[in-house]
Amino acid sequence: MREIYMDHSATTPVDRQVFEAMIPFLTHEYGNPSSVHTKGRAAKKALENAREQVAALINANPREIFFTSGGTEADNQAIVSYVNSNVKKGKHIITSAIEHHAVLDTCEHLHKNGFELTVLPVNSAGLVEPEVLKKALRPETTLVTIMHANNEIGTVQPIKELASIAHQAGAAFHTDAVQTIGKLPLDVEDLGIDMLSASSHKLYGPKGVGCLYIKKGVKLGNLLYGGPQENKMRAGTENIPGIVGFGQAAQLARERMDEISAYLNKLGGRLREGILASIPDTIVTGDLHHRVPGSVSVCFKFVEGESILLMLDSYGIMASSGSACTSGSLDPSHVLLAIGLPHEIAHGSLRLTLGKDNTEADVDFVLEVLPKIIGNLRQMSPLYSKGGSN
Amino acid sequence: MYSEKVMDHFMNPRNVGSLKCADGVGEVGNPVCGDIMHIEIKVKDDIIEDVKFKTFGCAAAIATSSMVTEMVKGKTLEEAERITNRTVAEALDGLPPVKMHCSNLAADALHRAIKDYIARHRESAK
Repeated sequence: MREIYMDHSATTPVDRQVFEAMIPFLTHEYGNPSSVHTKGRAAKKALENAREQVAALINANPREIFFTSGGTEADNQAIVSYVNSNVKKGKHIITSAIEHHAVLDTCEHLHKNGFELTVLPVNSAGLVEPEVLKKALRPETTLVTIMHANNEIGTVQPIKELASIAHQAGAAFHTDAVQTIGKLPLDVEDLGIDMLSASSHKLYGPKGVGCLYIKKGVKLGNLLYGGPQENKMRAGTENIPGIVGFGQAAQLARERMDEISAYLNKLGGRLREGILASIPDTIVTGDLHHRVPGSVSVCFKFVEGESILLMLDSYGIMASSGSACTSGSLDPSHVLLAIGLPHEIAHGSLRLTLGKDNTEADVDFVLEVLPKIIGNLRQMSPLYSKGGSN
Repeated sequence: MYSEKVMDHFMNPRNVGSLKCADGVGEVGNPVCGDIMHIEIKVKDDIIEDVKFKTFGCAAAIATSSMVTEMVKGKTLEEAERITNRTVAEALDGLPPVKMHCSNLAADALHRAIKDYIARHRESAK
């Protein structure tokens, strides 16, 4: 059966060139970069080369890049280690209601352990309004953490403005850029951010590796103890094959970003317009102008997300949803509720996130199949026959 | 995650729709929870002659609805009343634990339809 993968916000396939760059470090170049001998030095060289590749992607200095096990660890270190290192100034943290759980749960954990927490609401497009942040800041606020783009609805935040507002109040600014790194231009200097989390597997790199960018001069401690790796910021033998893959993926992303983004914007537009034209009672979620390229996020009234996913999967189409059944709880995703959708609409969510290998033919196939699926599920839905098409 | 039987009943649900003149109608769940099951029955001489369902919900909700309609067709009301959410889940070779609670209400909908039938039947017998 034909396989159409449209869940690139969840993860991406490893690019062939990335895989090839990793092979030596999974085979004969197995050295530990802390070792003095030849193999150790080869690993160290590869590590530093990857650091330069990742730094170049976000216009950072390589010394400001610290490799981690992924986005979640980077978020944890940025938040936990920063606020714990700055309790003299205060114990107030600000975040937004639509953050990834790697940020939200971390902030909640700190909240339970004596920190004050403000969770900013977002507007119906999923944007944090700068005025709202301005009002929430206090003299004792040490950290503002707001994601660059949302993983479910694709909305891109006005990070530059939000960071500047945080700085005016003397707070540091962290952003989870897992969904945008390699997809949108990211210049840490220009954006004026203090810390940024990134993950390799969202940009055609391997899983299990990510990084935390820490601006020079920003002080924070460790999350993991046990060795001097990563300039004493992250203990543990470096995941060299993963890091090399991440570096290669970052370099490829830098070279191809403009071309791929333009392509995905076009392809995503075609998919979104096609869905809206062929399926009535569809609600587009997120911001249409400020969004991640290739991210299509909608809610279909009268049907439930998991059913849509399994029906799509039977045609070889792989997507995701923020419905309760897919969130592993009884409630739909916190993101869909935060943008003001009622539960019954949020249950009908579908997210199709396109990648560089998707084609127009893939989009057309989805547009051929999806209206049938939604139609069939609606025929089965007691809400549809009752509610009609209002 | 789902058994083959669940997937079969989800992909090819039996008895979807509504009856022209239902003798009993039952509905459980609500749209906020993400599951609504609506069952209609046609009864003759205490036997469920026909049954149809409509369900809003996940694969488990649709599969349990489909399964319960298959289980009760041709059964007496007494036999139908003995069907429980658990026996429906068992007939589907089980459901994931998280679904046992929220999406396994089809037997409840059936029991409401039977109750509705009995109530109407008594009305007309008066």
